[in-house]
Amino acid sequence: MASGLTVIFGVSRIVNFAHGSFYMLGAYLAWTLVTSLPRGHLGFWGGVLGAALLVGVIGLVVEMLLLRRIYRAPELFQLLATFGVVLVVQDVALLTWGAQDLLGPRAPGLRGSTEILGLRFPLYELFLIVVGPVVLGLLLLLFHRTRWGTLVRAATQDREMVGALGVNQRMLFTSVFFLGSVLAGLGGALQLPRESVNLHMDLAIITEAFVVVVVGGLGSLSGAALAALLIGELHAFGILVFPKITLVLVFLVMAVVLVVRPHGLRGKPQPAAHGVAAAEPMIGAAPRALKLAGAVGLALAVALPPFLGDYALTVLTEIAICILFAASLHLIMGPGGMASFGHAAYFGLGAYGAALAATWLGVPMLGGMLLAPVLAGIFGVVFGWFCVRLSGVYSAMLTLAFAQIAWSVAFQWVEVTGGDNGILGVWPDAWAAGKLTYYYLALALCLGGTLLLRRVVHAPFGYALRAQRDSALRAEAIGIDAFRIRWWGFTLAAVAAGVAGGLFAYGKGSVFPTYLAIPRSVDALLMVLLGGVQTLTGPIIGAIAYTGLQEQLMRLLEYWRLVLGAVIILLVLFFPQGLAGAARAMWERRHGDA
Amino acid sequence: MGEWSVARRLLLGGAAATLALPRLGRAQGGGAGGPIRIGEINSYSSQPAFLQPYRNAWTLAAEQVNAAGGIKGRPLETLHRDDAGKPEDAVRLAGELVNAERVALLSGGFLSNVGLAIADFANQNKRLFVASEPLTDAIVWGRGNAYTFRLRASTYMQSAMLVEEAAKLPAKRWATVAPNYEYGQSAVRWFKELLTRAKPDVQFVAEQFPALGRIDAGATVQALAAANPEAIFNVTFGADLTNFVRQGATRGLFERRSVVSLLTGEPEYLDPLQDEAPEGWIVTGYPWEQINTPEHAAFREAYRRRFNDYPRLGSVVGYDTVMAIAAMLKKASAVETEPMVAAMKGLQFQSVFGPVEFRAVDHQSTMGAFVGRTVLRNGKGTMAEWRYADGKNYLPSDEVVRTLRPQG
Repeated sequence: MASGLTVIFGVSRIVNFAHGSFYMLGAYLAWTLVTSLPRGHLGFWGGVLGAALLVGVIGLVVEMLLLRRIYRAPELFQLLATFGVVLVVQDVALLTWGAQDLLGPRAPGLRGSTEILGLRFPLYELFLIVVGPVVLGLLLLLFHRTRWGTLVRAATQDREMVGALGVNQRMLFTSVFFLGSVLAGLGGALQLPRESVNLHMDLAIITEAFVVVVVGGLGSLSGAALAALLIGELHAFGILVFPKITLVLVFLVMAVVLVVRPHGLRGKPQPAAHGVAAAEPMIGAAPRALKLAGAVGLALAVALPPFLGDYALTVLTEIAICILFAASLHLIMGPGGMASFGHAAYFGLGAYGAALAATWLGVPMLGGMLLAPVLAGIFGVVFGWFCVRLSGVYSAMLTLAFAQIAWSVAFQWVEVTGGDNGILGVWPDAWAAGKLTYYYLALALCLGGTLLLRRVVHAPFGYALRAQRDSALRAEAIGIDAFRIRWWGFTLAAVAAGVAGGLFAYGKGSVFPTYLAIPRSVDALLMVLLGGVQTLTGPIIGAIAYTGLQEQLMRLLEYWRLVLGAVIILLVLFFPQGLAGAARAMWERRHGDA
Repeated sequence: MGEWSVARRLLLGGAAATLALPRLGRAQGGGAGGPIRIGEINSYSSQPAFLQPYRNAWTLAAEQVNAAGGIKGRPLETLHRDDAGKPEDAVRLAGELVNAERVALLSGGFLSNVGLAIADFANQNKRLFVASEPLTDAIVWGRGNAYTFRLRASTYMQSAMLVEEAAKLPAKRWATVAPNYEYGQSAVRWFKELLTRAKPDVQFVAEQFPALGRIDAGATVQALAAANPEAIFNVTFGADLTNFVRQGATRGLFERRSVVSLLTGEPEYLDPLQDEAPEGWIVTGYPWEQINTPEHAAFREAYRRRFNDYPRLGSVVGYDTVMAIAAMLKKASAVETEPMVAAMKGLQFQSVFGPVEFRAVDHQSTMGAFVGRTVLRNGKGTMAEWRYADGKNYLPSDEVVRTLRPQG
């Protein structure tokens, strides 16, 4: 129904977290304008439009200051930058509008309701039902009947070609971004008479918008409209039939659609890129200096902890676990060339595997830790089989869908998993209960796991993995079964994440559905991206930087999200290859190619 | 091998060093003459609407205790931490507070699962945990432990208070709507069980469990209306409640139907509704402007003077948590876990709502709630015909509690 407005997200093809923030800002600004302008038609509609335009301007500023500088960076890196924007906007909104939910006035002239088929139906909803298709129609006209629209469509297909033809593509993309922001702001502002404005709006809408865009098919406006309709109906009727699983229903549908139609309902296969995409840089052996520094660091990690306090040990243990988790995601993202938005699923499954074994089977700690990767691996095999058949964003979204399904099972199956109250009392056996012992255990396992993953990348399997990433066609031609290689890579990453999850469960003493939730997947993505996708050191440095930073900020500052977001944005701007990537570039400049 | 280890180890070493340093200066913190440190963990960044007033009142209470000479001459000092709504972060922060900051006890918790995670940590590490807000029954019953006490009236108690009123209604056909997580599910379960016990002929004709914070209000309202109930039991709150009320009102769901609603009378949730606040709902809540007992009037005045704002229910919870801790510390023979736990058992103190006792049998306080009907006054929702329901009258007997709580 009204989610027809989510159509707007189909326009901009950049994977953009900040769109949710623009939506929220639209609602907040509309609230401010509408309540401060005189009541009446002019005040309300003027406020709504004004808010949309203001959001457009904000979007413009963000694009010019931030995104424009990083269009050359890999797509996922733009994602990271927009995530920084999300964090900053959340705290800014909290500072500006306060914590309380705000309820805007209803639309003048549309307060009442009307009887349709004996059911009362609010007039405003009717109005939205009309607005959705009108906006859609206007957009279709704009994209198919104007010169600007043609240029935009051309540019999304092949930027360089359009540039070569003398079109100012910078202006073009800025204007697209402006339009997208205006529409997001408008969407938010139009929610004002329906819902209260609150600080959770941004992330609530963004997952749904992603789902709509992907189910519809990237870049297809009509597909997005169709998907929005489908999802809206699903919400309306789903709760009549299955009142308890509304959350997962959407993701189930998405999974089914993507399995059956890998490019969304109305999407076309992405046009093959011209020529051969530049192969990612080779990964060579580490230079000597690096080896030396690594050995020194390792010695420190083994020798120092006995002199540290318990708390420092807990943090170090957590960092060690995060390193393995990030390294496992890196295996599929870097050498594997597949993005995963749902890697937390395997981490959480590992944690649940360990916890369930401990509580239901009474297995001692080591048994639980053994079971953790097994469970994660089994699901890695099953989910992986579906995910690796797709490519790019579709594959990433399918991983997200599976992660959400796993999450909602953990959340809803109260008898077994304890629901959101989680499983408590998963503490290590007596011999490993000491913080120091547990730290060494975690260090050994994570170190071993990470080294193994590193070894894998240098092994023939790793070469095959990278070969299919750089050119699937050529890899097939020389007899590499790309599908099987990807599948095994995915499973291996799941197993490694499961080990990390099991360690985490025993380190915390409890397991909760949040272990499987989207924020944890995002954390992992951030770690890998922050460190740099195309270096083996990347995930390790990323994990340390991100975990350490967040931990310290959360402890010391009230507005930690603002600072964290700003730091991420700055890192993206100044180290577009990630921290490890930047370090390598510097090294290579000084010493010649490694 | 080892490309990766480089920076990793260096950074690890660096991180470890920075983590270790602050401890040097703080080693004296827990000493005999210094302040008594309380570690407080809450979801400040994810639940600001409830927790900002809570933290304000916490500060106020601590200032009052310290102005009156502290505890046996030692001032209270609180270290607040934000868990961002994640239980795993809460556990880490609890470790930090206990091991690095040497706090004497832990407190806080808003979300049920965060509360349970800290409670389990407290049990494992043998530390006192005074849970302020988490409503789940599990924290004192199913997963109760020797070191955890809880202040706020639980889901069971608040449901029981409402059942008492609901049983007086003529309605036989009931529908329920609740957020789909532990709190909502157990509130509905208790309400059904207790109401059926009080009135065996009631029927439950529909139940809706929208996702927390993600309610599709229009669809939910239509689904409820389709079952044509005579009365509705609502557990949604916050943004979900606002949207539910607005859609329900435009679609006429509440006409000629009674509504019984958990927590809706709390200013946190009633105030955002402004002039659209529903009328005639039977709710639990907090009519702050009408309670004129000497304790409450003094608290309201002090809060207003300090923050130039009126107190919310969160403020009462924060204030009373500090006061309970202060009373416990005065009673305890030493600032150590075992004497403090002993002092908490059966602790009586004067709360803003009147005398309260932490029951020895299940560590639940007898703090009550206000039950009344919502009305509109001067374009704002508030409560009328309210009464204070003392928590001690709405708890099961000791024998029943013993079967609910792991013993030993």
